[in-house]
Amino acid sequence: MKKFIKIFLIVFIVNVIFLFIGLKSKNTIQSNKSQLKVGLVFDVGGRGDKSFNDSAYAGLMRAKEKLGISAEYIEPGEGSDRESALRLLAAQGYDLIIGVGFIFSDDVTNVANEYPKQSFACIDYVLKTDESGKELMPPKNVAAIKFKEEEGSFLVGALAALITKTSKIGFIGGMDIPLIHKFEAGYKAGALAINPKIKIISNYAGVTGSAFKDPAKGKELALSQYCNGIDIIYHASGATGLGVFEAARNMNKLAIGVDSDQYSEAPGFILTSMMKKVDVAVFNIINDCVENRFEGGIKIFGIKEDGVGFVYDENNKMLISDEVLGKINELSKKIIDGKIKVPYL
Amino acid sequence: MSDILGSMISLAFLSQVIRISVPYVLAGMGGVFSERSGIVNIALEGMMLNGAFAYVLGTFLTGDPVAGVISGVLCGMLTGLVHGIVSIRFKANQIISGVAINLLSVGMTKYFLKIFFDSSSNSARVAGIESFSVLPYNSEFADTINGIFGNPLIILTIAIVVFSHLTIFKTVFGLRLRSVGEHPEAADTLGVKVNLIRYMCVILSGALAGLGGVWLAVDQHQFTDGMSNGRGFIALAAVIFGKWSPIGVAFGCLLFGFAESMQITLQSSGADIPTQFVQMIPYVLTIIALAGFIGKSMPPAASGVVFEKDN
Repeated sequence: MKKFIKIFLIVFIVNVIFLFIGLKSKNTIQSNKSQLKVGLVFDVGGRGDKSFNDSAYAGLMRAKEKLGISAEYIEPGEGSDRESALRLLAAQGYDLIIGVGFIFSDDVTNVANEYPKQSFACIDYVLKTDESGKELMPPKNVAAIKFKEEEGSFLVGALAALITKTSKIGFIGGMDIPLIHKFEAGYKAGALAINPKIKIISNYAGVTGSAFKDPAKGKELALSQYCNGIDIIYHASGATGLGVFEAARNMNKLAIGVDSDQYSEAPGFILTSMMKKVDVAVFNIINDCVENRFEGGIKIFGIKEDGVGFVYDENNKMLISDEVLGKINELSKKIIDGKIKVPYL
Repeated sequence: MSDILGSMISLAFLSQVIRISVPYVLAGMGGVFSERSGIVNIALEGMMLNGAFAYVLGTFLTGDPVAGVISGVLCGMLTGLVHGIVSIRFKANQIISGVAINLLSVGMTKYFLKIFFDSSSNSARVAGIESFSVLPYNSEFADTINGIFGNPLIILTIAIVVFSHLTIFKTVFGLRLRSVGEHPEAADTLGVKVNLIRYMCVILSGALAGLGGVWLAVDQHQFTDGMSNGRGFIALAAVIFGKWSPIGVAFGCLLFGFAESMQITLQSSGADIPTQFVQMIPYVLTIIALAGFIGKSMPPAASGVVFEKDN
């Protein structure tokens, strides 16, 4: 009996502790200017990932400041129930609920069907296909936000081709999936547009989700590429890329960051970063809601919509000459005008 | 094809194999000690993660990598002690205790990552451990040799393998350790303190796995969320592969390292082989080696069995 009481007590205490942790991660930021209530659910990693989630958070904060909405966000932990987080916000009557990450695709679809009067958005929404392979559109109240990563990658690929001294450049992807192939395809196309004879070598860290968080593997892949005469590597591999930067430091070579400006991870060794402006997308979708012109369907964010781009600032100015920059801007304009179609396969 | 073969017998390839194998070997030695004494240790993964984080935190707070290594090892020992208390003192199922420790480590390191470094992905950059030069020349060959034989952690790892072998097979303590894992009742009647030895082994196991984690963090100069990334489980496979003998396990780890390195080389060579196929190599090699060469792999008889002292 004593043992049972002991076990019960331990379980009880642990539960109470977790209760507080649960409460802490739910934050409300109050604002009275407008009625609009926006809820946002983060992907695994949560705030402070220096990438995707932080970018979404920045968009949310900007919307709060400029549009005067009331905002709430939830950080579900590893493997916990994303759908219930979305449902919680929906049940509390939030007008717009945003899921950050492709992993929310199914959950957003399910919850949106149950709450047809509220609006939903999902970053990197993946379209489902039916049995015949036809793509199914998201529900009417869901804005499926998709980025043209291939366009941003095209520009950094062209940049790498202009900067490289060995005419050999590399690409390191995380998980071997179509989403990452888009980065690779754009990068290759961009490099070939500048120099049709350039050699591009691609590696993938793995075929499971853990391939995005294996810096040790990333470092070995990058070292192997640098040893083969490659002098610039573009990574699209999440935290695995931190290993790529470490290799760049070791070998005194250059690397290209992804998603957000990764200069601070290895100052002096980052040529540029391919920016995926999740903050712009989040802000725009909230703005649409505020102005009452929210529409469901697929929203594409490419160079034209300022959804993707590359970093050029004080930090990497000395690496990129004006002439090179001119060429890249020219390419960028051609993409906006539709003169260049960037492949995504 | 000859290109691929050429790059596979190069020195760079060899040093890559060794670099990849080091964390496997260290965690594998931990697995050997623990399982030989009768404690199944699938917590290796969590111990590595904790060790890696403690190294970064220790180095970050003191500015001294040596302090970092010590704190990494101590943190691994602490994790081992927890596993020991749960599975020896409270006689809990060792698999469940291991799983719990792995889950706890993922959450705990992330929690402290947020507290100390205000990030959920990676820590600040800390100092690493410099290699000293064995060959005082400045050439590619000398650099590679220095990178391997001048690296204190690699030297330490080799020493640990030899030390583990000698301890387990050539000392009185090793004999007791093995008897505790094979037949604890018999050992007990002969006056061997079964649980004491098990505690020592599981704590030693934590220290070694923690050191494996330290290697990962030293190599990256930072901690990244979930950076052990399944290496503890690969080490566990190597333990079975090497039939619970330190030298065998070390070779098993080298084989895994070799397969992984081959996978990297094949991918970079630009040969037209589908990545999925290349990614399979480590696993295919494992199956072939297990089925074809290793033969029956017998665990210590009392591994995973709780010892109840019969009064």
